[in-house]
Amino acid sequence: MALSIATRQLDGVTILDLSGRITLGEGSVQLRDAIRDLISKGDKNILLSLGDVNYIDSSGLGELVSAFTTAKNQNAEVKLLNLTKKVKDVLQVTKLYTVFDIYDDEAHAIGSFK
Amino acid sequence: MRLFLSLDKPDGQKIEAESLTEPQKGRQSFKLASTMDSVAEVEAAAERMTQSAGLDEDEGFRVAMAVREAAVNAVLHGNGYDPSKQISASFENNGKSLIITIADEGEGLDPEKIPDPLAPENLLRGTGRGIFLIRSFLDEVHFRQLHPGTELTLVKHLSPAAGNHQDADAPQDLDTK
Repeated sequence: MALSIATRQLDGVTILDLSGRITLGEGSVQLRDAIRDLISKGDKNILLSLGDVNYIDSSGLGELVSAFTTAKNQNAEVKLLNLTKKVKDVLQVTKLYTVFDIYDDEAHAIGSFK
Repeated sequence: MRLFLSLDKPDGQKIEAESLTEPQKGRQSFKLASTMDSVAEVEAAAERMTQSAGLDEDEGFRVAMAVREAAVNAVLHGNGYDPSKQISASFENNGKSLIITIADEGEGLDPEKIPDPLAPENLLRGTGRGIFLIRSFLDEVHFRQLHPGTELTLVKHLSPAAGNHQDADAPQDLDTK
C-alpha cells in the first residue's frame, strides 16, 4: 500500500497523519516533499503520526533522518508519534530511536513543542 | 513427507486431512528485470517462504525486509535500473534454514568498505543502512563477487519451534484439539 498523508493543525503544531509504507518508490519521496513544503512555508513544529505506518525500509529511514536534519537546519523540529512495533523495531536496530523525540500520546507530543 | 492435520468437529467426528500448509521444500529461482516491480515480486516470494516455514510474524517481517533490501541494492546500486541487466533470486528451505540468494550484474560491492551506520559520524546520514539491516535481521550473510556482479546469500536458521515439523521424514499427526 502506498503512503497517504493527511495534514492537520493543532495548537501551532502541524500533524502529518501517515498511513501505509514508507519505502523506496512507495512513499519516501512523498514524505520528503511534504516535509519540504511545510518547512518552506515556515512551519516550525512538525509531528509525524506513524500509527498507521506498518513498514519502513532503509530508504524511508533515510527520509526520516533527512526530515530531522533539514528541520533542524531551519530551526524547526520534526518529532514522531505512535510508532508501530515494526517501525519501532527498525528504529531501535539502527539506533535512530535515540535520535528522534518519540511520543505515544498526541497531547503530550503537542505540549512538547512549547 | 506427508503432514496430517487432525481436527475434532463439534459433533464429535474427527477429520483428518492432508495439511494445506505443508512447508515446501526445494529451490525456486527467478531471473527478473532491474525494476521496482521485481523488488516487490522478490519481497512477496520471501513473505510466502517465511509463512510456509512457520516463522512468526516478527521474524517473517525481518527476513522479508532483509530480502527486500538486498533486492533493492541489486536493482538500484548493482544494476542501476539498467534494462539490459537482470537480477537473480533463489529461495530454498532445506528444513533447517532458509537460504536466499540475490545477485546483480553490476560492478561489484566490497562489503568491507561500507561505512558503519551506527558510528556517531554516520548516524544522521540519509543512506547506508540497507546492508546493516540485512546483517541485523539474518543469521548469516555472505558476499560473493561474480565478475560482473555481486551475489548475497542470506541465511535464516529455523528454530525447532518453526522448523522441526519440516525435518521429519515420517508422517506426523498434529492434533489441534
